[in-house]
Amino acid sequence: MNQSTKSLLSRRNASDSPRAKGARGESDRFYVWTLRGFAALFSAILLEFVYSIVHQSWPAWTHEGLTLLTGTTWNPANSVYGGLPLILDTVISTLVALLFAVPVGLGTALVLNFVLPRRLQTITASMVELLAAIPSVVYGLWGLYVLVPWMSTTIQPWLGRLSGGAWPFSGDPLGAGIMLASTVLAVMILPTIVAISRDVIAALPKDLNEGALSLGASRSQVLRKVILPSAKSGILGAISLGAGRALGETVAVLMVIGGNAQMPRSLFSVGATLASTIATEYTEASPGNVAALGALAVILMVLTAAVNAFARRLVRRTGALSS
Amino acid sequence: MSDLLNTLPPDPIYDRREKIRAITAKTLRRRTRLSQLFVGAISTTLVIALVPLVLVLYTIVQRGGSDLTLAFVTKLPQVPTIGQQNAIGGIGNAIVGTLIVAAMAAAMAIPLSLILGLYLVEMNTRLARIFRGGVEILSGIPSILLGVFAYIFIVIPQHHFSAFAASVALALLMTPVITKAVETAIRGVPDAVTEAGLALGARRSVVARRVVLPAARPGIITGTLLALARAMGETAPLLLIIGATDSSTWDLNPFHSMSALPTLTYFYSNSSFPSQHRAAWGVALVLVVLVLILNVTSRLISARLSRRAQA
Repeated sequence: MNQSTKSLLSRRNASDSPRAKGARGESDRFYVWTLRGFAALFSAILLEFVYSIVHQSWPAWTHEGLTLLTGTTWNPANSVYGGLPLILDTVISTLVALLFAVPVGLGTALVLNFVLPRRLQTITASMVELLAAIPSVVYGLWGLYVLVPWMSTTIQPWLGRLSGGAWPFSGDPLGAGIMLASTVLAVMILPTIVAISRDVIAALPKDLNEGALSLGASRSQVLRKVILPSAKSGILGAISLGAGRALGETVAVLMVIGGNAQMPRSLFSVGATLASTIATEYTEASPGNVAALGALAVILMVLTAAVNAFARRLVRRTGALSS
Repeated sequence: MSDLLNTLPPDPIYDRREKIRAITAKTLRRRTRLSQLFVGAISTTLVIALVPLVLVLYTIVQRGGSDLTLAFVTKLPQVPTIGQQNAIGGIGNAIVGTLIVAAMAAAMAIPLSLILGLYLVEMNTRLARIFRGGVEILSGIPSILLGVFAYIFIVIPQHHFSAFAASVALALLMTPVITKAVETAIRGVPDAVTEAGLALGARRSVVARRVVLPAARPGIITGTLLALARAMGETAPLLLIIGATDSSTWDLNPFHSMSALPTLTYFYSNSSFPSQHRAAWGVALVLVVLVLILNVTSRLISARLSRRAQA
């Protein structure tokens, strides 16, 4: 993949021969240094981005230390900065969203590749991808005014009755809360999971499908026992990319999760994620609180960067991401 | 002759094949039915995946459609008072604000991405690979963090919220996406085209500017429109840095706070006036229309491209 024959500079040896020197060589050098200069500038911005957030959070880390990660109470008004409820809400809402989105996403990716006639594939895939085009504030609005009433009057009472009020369906059916946030997140990350796993599956050698079919395997056997296992690492990458999006999603979650930073007790509890807390408290924070919110930003940054780096490594190996 | 055949030892492969055939015949019906069940199940997931799209679009059009009047999209917002609870005015300044912020972000992100994309293709060094990794990680960083960065980097030194700060955050959001599109598009240009330019004695910079980039233009435009659509709908960073979401003036100075459609939707949905709750759907509808126009245009371009590539 890195063997770019397009790279003009890979022919550097040829053009750097004595004959190529002179005015033309000078100009090429200017071109090269312009490219390098802008790459350096952008790298500097990236470093400044990381530095400024870490720098702002520094007082919180030296003051509070690990409490920022393990403390169970987040109450900035009283200068209590325990980040654990926020971290848990972020991670739990993402995991539950994956629970909804992964089966639907994988099924959709398989249908797009193997069941639909070729003419319908592109148009259907674009429709699924349109889900990613709808702004998150619109999902938030929809969640707030359509899903909250539906959850609190229909779904959650039903789940409560069905489980006898047992965990994780215990508590009052408020509508807003972790469960609703997960539902909205599932819709929002679905296009990511579908698009990447569709590419990963499409990048598999055709022989796998044809070979298995010719051996007499049924359609479902081919898909379940040959295609899915072969695409496993790429699909895991697709799921992780979706998880990365869900961890950092802000406004849609903020509008439907209830905005109450407390340790989660069940799927029905209201909560607050790292991102939603930064969004609501940042601009009105006192200097001490700003450092703690900066620490939340650092935690979120590390979390999403790690998940994304992991995901890209997996997807890159399948050769699907370059397409 | 037939005696000779009978005296031959039995063919093991033939026997096995017969055995397999017998087993498959027995399980064929079950396997077919299971297979149909499975295909039916995954087809259902496709339907499930499309349901939210239909529901969201339907709800927005149904609840926001009646707002879509000329006055609504051109006038300034009007703060409801006790006597006039239903007067909400328009959202003209938010539409213009969104367009201005997006235009400023594009003006920063597009040239930068063109150069960075060229850099990634031209340089085959370890440094360039590390740089690509950095750009990719940036594309996965939550947008709210870019808002925090713009707040620290621009809002704090300038002591006030500004549309400019918002556009910087959006530019940072768009740059990795466009850079990736530029890189992919350039790599898709046939080598022969590049080489023909070089063979004519043109400098690398001239080949890049006059040959490679124009040949890659459709892919670049597609990626840019997608990135722009995403940036326009972005809400989280704006909440931190654009300020005064309830602004009701035509102040279009980019270094002042400005109204924008996503933040206005958020503000209206949180408002204590029922009329503004209803108006939130109208704002959302305008926003979705803008975003979908960009998105669908980009898709049409790329569909035409791939059809041309197949032909």
